[in-house]
Amino acid sequence: MLGKNAGGLFWMFRYLERAGNTARLIEAGFRIALTRSTNPASEWKSVIATSASQKYYDAKYDGYDSARVTDFLLRDPDNPNSVLSVIRFARDNARMVRTGLTTEVWSAVNETWMLLNDVLKEPIPETDIPEVLAAIRQQSALVRGALHGTMLRNDIYDFCRLGTFIERMDSTARIIDVKYYALLPATSFVGSSMDNVQWEMILRSVSAHASFRWAVDGGYNAPNIANFLILDKRLPRSLAFCASQMVENLEYLSDDYGERSQSLVMAEELSKCLKSRDISMIFDEGLHEFLTGFIADTTNLGLQIEKDYRFNA
Amino acid sequence: MTNKKDHFSEMTAGDTVRAPYQRYQSWFAQQDVARLAKKANEAEAFFRRTGITFNVYGQDDAEERLIPFDLVPRILSNSEWTKLSRGIEQRVRGINAFLHDIYNRQEILRAGVVPVELVANNDAFLPQMMDFTPAGGVYTHIVGTDIVRTGEDEFYVLEDNARTPSGVSYMLENRETMLQMFPELFSQNRVQRVSDYPKNLRKSLEASAPAGCTGRPCVVVLTPGIHNSAYFEHSFLADQMGVELVEGHDLRVVDGHLAMRTTRGYKVIDVIYRRIDDEYLDPLTFNPNSMLGVPGIMDVYRAGNITIANAPGTGVADDKAIYSYVPDIIEFYTGEKAILKNVETFRCSKADQLQYVLDNLADLVVKEVHGSGGYGMLVGPAASKKEIADFAEKLKAKPSNYIAQPTLSLSTVPVMTESGLAPRHVDLRPFALVSPNSINIVPGGLTRVALTEGSLVVNSSQGGGTKDTWVLES
Repeated sequence: MLGKNAGGLFWMFRYLERAGNTARLIEAGFRIALTRSTNPASEWKSVIATSASQKYYDAKYDGYDSARVTDFLLRDPDNPNSVLSVIRFARDNARMVRTGLTTEVWSAVNETWMLLNDVLKEPIPETDIPEVLAAIRQQSALVRGALHGTMLRNDIYDFCRLGTFIERMDSTARIIDVKYYALLPATSFVGSSMDNVQWEMILRSVSAHASFRWAVDGGYNAPNIANFLILDKRLPRSLAFCASQMVENLEYLSDDYGERSQSLVMAEELSKCLKSRDISMIFDEGLHEFLTGFIADTTNLGLQIEKDYRFNA
Repeated sequence: MTNKKDHFSEMTAGDTVRAPYQRYQSWFAQQDVARLAKKANEAEAFFRRTGITFNVYGQDDAEERLIPFDLVPRILSNSEWTKLSRGIEQRVRGINAFLHDIYNRQEILRAGVVPVELVANNDAFLPQMMDFTPAGGVYTHIVGTDIVRTGEDEFYVLEDNARTPSGVSYMLENRETMLQMFPELFSQNRVQRVSDYPKNLRKSLEASAPAGCTGRPCVVVLTPGIHNSAYFEHSFLADQMGVELVEGHDLRVVDGHLAMRTTRGYKVIDVIYRRIDDEYLDPLTFNPNSMLGVPGIMDVYRAGNITIANAPGTGVADDKAIYSYVPDIIEFYTGEKAILKNVETFRCSKADQLQYVLDNLADLVVKEVHGSGGYGMLVGPAASKKEIADFAEKLKAKPSNYIAQPTLSLSTVPVMTESGLAPRHVDLRPFALVSPNSINIVPGGLTRVALTEGSLVVNSSQGGGTKDTWVLES
């Protein structure tokens, strides 16, 4: 496979994952903004911070409100992370790697682009936002389904999966980091309605508000939520799950290519650092410090994959 | 415009239906027109979803457009095809012999059959190709000859397209679409297959690999990238052949061979089917600003370590001024008369012919010698007085840049319109694959149709559409 195409597949799935994550963030933001006990502006601010679009937002706007933030995140061409932008990048990458995709995957991505391009052409009235977010979610599910159902399990598939999981891992880590103060067991708000709202926001951002109730016995408290998002391997958006999936895909690649790559070594370390801790150890060393280090390691892992598999000349 | 009765209709002759169309006609008579219209919309949605689009230069709003597909097939009998394909094969042989001669002994120039200045002053002539013979002596691995019809037995070659002819993906997709929409038509009519084209293309390219290549040759398709107007075709052909689609920045010269950057390191390439122009091929040899090509590829080529398809410098043979000599070229190398006729061509570089062209602009089609895609041409009968006057100025400023041809009375095939079938003008581009030991012509080709009533311009960039082209088995 061409190195450029491996990069194209990797980024195509990073962008698709990013579109879904952004939709989920907006959804959570709306929920919270409807709750009176919070300050909507500060919630929208944290949505922007989590989406990694802060500098693009600052270049354009002062202050935060739902209309501006949702427009910026959904359809602003000046924001390279807006859903409209990343869907276009994903589709451009898909066109570039067309020969590596099944017709089903390609059609799903192309259709997604056609549909969202149309839906996001005009500003979206607040009443239509839920429908648009549902469309984004549904389209990502379509692409994912086509990938699982039709693609050969070879190196092409591995690069697609690596892109998905590294993007997701980075996103979940940011979501927790932006709200880390709400998860600290020592804060004075413990058990207050304020914390409940923040916790719900975090869980909704990773589509885990319902599964948390079922999966976690110990109840609704900070350590349990932090543990769920960081260390619980059952949750498909947890850091531990994403890291172990990356190890798995990098192992397949290493077997396939007959060479243990540096990126596999790095992913294993990342995965091991999660396995070897429990949540109290993470709190002891500092949740924010832990997450900062984790996000940096994730970035480095991405760069190492690019290098190992020759994405660029 | 001229009266419709003057045009040869391929489907009907007077009140009767011509033989190749009879079965189709009896099927069509039983169809519900509304259902067909619905099918046509389905086809369009299918094309959009699968991304069978082309980009139009100079249009910001519609970056990607569809080539309209008409669901009435263009049908040729086996005997019509036999004659056509023999004529194409002969022409392709002649052109390859001409290219080899031009880049080696130049006997045809010495014999005075083709004027020296037409080659010497030709931008498409590449001195870098002198005294070099590509693997197997093949220059034009893929040729897409443009043919028009004016009567029962009257076929003319309009252009030879010996550089990088495009459109074959539409031929394949059109057939695929017809098979899906109207499977019953293919059980009623015995239509020759076109679907082997990608397999044959790969085989033909592999057979043209450098002599030093051992094992199965590594073939790639070189594209300028996703923003190129024909990108869909590039990726389609690579996909159908099962070979990598590369861009210039994927390639580099490694130890005297062309190689591509893969996830496992650099891999040697034996045959490159390039869909970029000569000028952009090698910044060290040609346009130094080109980012599309590969620095040093011409050295690899001349060392015999890579096959470039089509060979650099083939453009000298499909120049519109050389075109008028092709019948002489065929006779010079094969000793045979050309089977397919040329359209009478006035060379504006000659004073007397220029004068004739200027005097008769309203009746002629004038084309740029190096032009393509229907850009920069004048269709006299369809042009306004002002357009003609403006064009006359351009012509006088640089006469050698133009040739002129009489307006041909192109044949018509019906298309589906809102008010039923209506005749529209068509042309035909069959595709020939040339390898060192054979010439393979896919039975059919791309039929382009001018969708505007009375229009003679079939180019997709100018509002033309396409049809599935059938060659019947008997």
